[in-house]
Amino acid sequence: MGAPDIPPRGIEHELAERFDAGTLRAQATADRVPTFWVQPERLLEVLRYLKRDAPGPYPMLYDLSALDERTRVHRDGQPASDFTLVYQLVSFARNADLRLKVPLTGDAPSVPSATTLWPAANWYEREVWDLFGVRFAGHPHLRRILMAPTWQGHPLRKDHPARATEMGEYRLPADKELAEQEALRFRPEDWGMRRRTDASDFLFLNLGPNHPSVHGVFRIVLQLDGEEIVDAVPDIGYHHRGAEKMAERQSWHKFIPYTDRIDYLGGSMNNLPYLLAVERLAGIEVPDRAKVIRVMVCELFRIASHLVFYGTFAQDVGALSPVFFMFTDRERVFDIVEAITGGRMHPEWFRIGGVAQDLPRGWDALVREFVRYLPPRLRDYDRMVLRNRILQRRTRGIGAYTTAEAIEWGVTGPGLRACGCDWDLRKRRPYAGYDQFEFDVPLGRNGDSYDRCAVRAEEIRQSLRIVEQCLENMPQGDYKADHPLAAPPRKERTLHDIETLINHFLAASWGPVIPPGEAYAAVEATKGLTGYYLVSDGGTAPYRARIRTPSFPHLQMIPLICRGLMIPDLIAILGSIDFVMADVDR
Amino acid sequence: MNELVATLAGYSSAWFGPQWGPPVWVFVKTLVLILVITLPLFGCVAYLTLAERKIIGYMQVRIGPNRVGPAGLLQPIADAVKLMFKELIIPAGANKFLFVLAPMLTLMPALAAWAVIPFGPEVVLADVDAGLLYVMAITSMGVYGVIIAGWASNSTMGFALVCVLLVSQSLNLSDIVNGQARGRFAAEGLNFLSWNWLPLLPMFLVYFISAVAETNRAPFDVAEGESEIVAGFHVEYSGMTFAVFFLGEYANMILVSALATIMFLGGWLPPIDAPLLNAIPGFFWLVLKIGFLLFCFLWFRATFPRYRYDQIMRLGWKVFIPLTIVWLVLVAAWMQTPWNPWQ
Repeated sequence: MGAPDIPPRGIEHELAERFDAGTLRAQATADRVPTFWVQPERLLEVLRYLKRDAPGPYPMLYDLSALDERTRVHRDGQPASDFTLVYQLVSFARNADLRLKVPLTGDAPSVPSATTLWPAANWYEREVWDLFGVRFAGHPHLRRILMAPTWQGHPLRKDHPARATEMGEYRLPADKELAEQEALRFRPEDWGMRRRTDASDFLFLNLGPNHPSVHGVFRIVLQLDGEEIVDAVPDIGYHHRGAEKMAERQSWHKFIPYTDRIDYLGGSMNNLPYLLAVERLAGIEVPDRAKVIRVMVCELFRIASHLVFYGTFAQDVGALSPVFFMFTDRERVFDIVEAITGGRMHPEWFRIGGVAQDLPRGWDALVREFVRYLPPRLRDYDRMVLRNRILQRRTRGIGAYTTAEAIEWGVTGPGLRACGCDWDLRKRRPYAGYDQFEFDVPLGRNGDSYDRCAVRAEEIRQSLRIVEQCLENMPQGDYKADHPLAAPPRKERTLHDIETLINHFLAASWGPVIPPGEAYAAVEATKGLTGYYLVSDGGTAPYRARIRTPSFPHLQMIPLICRGLMIPDLIAILGSIDFVMADVDR
Repeated sequence: MNELVATLAGYSSAWFGPQWGPPVWVFVKTLVLILVITLPLFGCVAYLTLAERKIIGYMQVRIGPNRVGPAGLLQPIADAVKLMFKELIIPAGANKFLFVLAPMLTLMPALAAWAVIPFGPEVVLADVDAGLLYVMAITSMGVYGVIIAGWASNSTMGFALVCVLLVSQSLNLSDIVNGQARGRFAAEGLNFLSWNWLPLLPMFLVYFISAVAETNRAPFDVAEGESEIVAGFHVEYSGMTFAVFFLGEYANMILVSALATIMFLGGWLPPIDAPLLNAIPGFFWLVLKIGFLLFCFLWFRATFPRYRYDQIMRLGWKVFIPLTIVWLVLVAAWMQTPWNPWQ
């Protein structure tokens, strides 16, 4: 991403010149991302301008979601709205985000679909329709995506029950069971596909939802002409647990364990974007020691996750042994994580304002041993996997996309860097103290399955470098911010001062009350950019927690990159994307 | 031994009369010999599965089965018992006859080919002159089992053997083995250097790689492709029908290894012509060599990623077949020169 045409002024000036004040209304947010309200009828015009015509354009539709505003109290100065759509765009030239909000009124609102501008808007709009009941006029296949096709209601609406106990008794009589099964049947006509041409009859094949190579419960319906994949329809939602809905009934603190399970291979790294957003809302400054501990644990989890990727990728291509070696090494990472946090895969260990405990005695010896142990093993793995000629033949040129396509479809993380696009959030917008570390950003060239693997293999080494720097330079100090919303008040004050005692009592019984506002925070997670967009209404729980995960857009892209290939190629592509379904469905 | 056989033949003539006695005797004798070959073969298959799980386990930092019997040694028996008592499930839409026939078609040729395999000098069920042709004809039938069960294969294996045929000038498998005891190096006692593998090294490699492909083993196991089509053609088989497929696959592995031993590794011959080694029975050498090749099968499986279907085809048609033809011509020309190593 070159930077010659970065305009000298902020986008708000460009927009003010181009559109009148009635079209766009700015809103201040806690995260300082430029945020504008736009009326639905002008939406496409503004989006088109931002994507194509603006100086320093915003080519990536990074996220699209909504919130139900009907019970929100703190909306000072915002336009009247029952449901608000939130578009988040990324400009690489400006290295900046931009948020557009669209106010909608009524119970069955409708907006023009952005799929003509961004094909990647397809799944996002289906998700908003599914969960909020907002219609998108002109969408090619506006149907449910996360919920079952027979679901009644739109779960993220505030009037939809959050627990099964609030709903009627669940029964599954034979006729309903048949109807449910019938609803899952794939009908090519629904997706504008033909069953046959003059030359050939197509075979429609369900790959999944239970298949060893789809990394969870994930269905891809394949349209096959002999061995060749003509088209594919990914079907997600089998792993949907409603994490965003759960956030609305957990206290700010109690939601942390749920985040561990979003990308279940990323462990504590999932806590970080949520906590960064909460800390931004609450204005909490994290002490240095906590920052470095967080970075170290995150990077250990990146190593663990990439090791799983490395092994399963080789396994998907048919090499059975590497995965055992890599899982054994991942256990070593978990041994360290366990010594530090007490947990292994999901330690739920980060806290608002820091981490749960200080590092245990002897942690440095464990980490030092691991940092020495892994590099020679990685050299062996490269010989076993990356330098294997069969694997190279199976994955080079398979599932390739260009940087432009990647940006168009919202690809982030190693999948984007495999195209040669030098974009690592840790470097571009250092968060949580990453600016203090020396590491390189490995890049690929061809954007194919092989490069996606090679980039991750090298990232393990870079993560080791970061862990080593944490080891050598761990600062002294607190492991948690001394902030009323983060830590209990100090004992000597609670015993002398009734106000502090009351605050302590409330914080212990309610949990922290985060001031009203909106904030977004992202991290360079194991699989790409994971971001949390939190809306607080001044309560003890998030009013809305939007979880933007990297795997969701990555899966949407599958049909584009597998057409014309064979099923074994598709399996290699799936392996190279590195997704877990919990990260897709949330 | 010979007296015992003569006595038994005498009983047969006594009971069935001079006209029916000898044929009945031949029938009974052959039946017994077949059992003498196939029953140990089934045992070998059973313990080959254990060996596979153990060896690959150790290659993959695992222990492998170790619960049934000491060090897991009874595991294959437990597996066999389990498979025998499992329900046979035949899918509703399947052609029942073909569905049950397919596994048998896989196993039958894998067993029938053993008739001509020599286990030592003079130790062979049927010492036919066209033994090699018989083996090729029979093993190529095994493919039909897989086709009927759902897949197809191709063969470059037979082609590679033509070179062996050329240099040994015989289709009889015992003669082929004995032919490898002759030659320049054998004259100096270095038997193993005059076995066919060295002068025909490219053919040996082509044969062995094709053999791995022919038996649907990794890295050519596209017919079962675990991560792609999840067991493929035998995914719907259960109980004994599945076990028969399994027996067929492993019996085939042993068969092609035995053939490779006979064609290229000097069969039952000891590696060096020394009195001490010659004292060891030839059967031991045969089993040792077969065991080594079988180990290679397992080693490949633990090492290589899987080829794609079209890549295997390209390897067979564009690499192996041209290579074999060129080598065939070269060997033919070589044999006409004074440096002919097979004299």
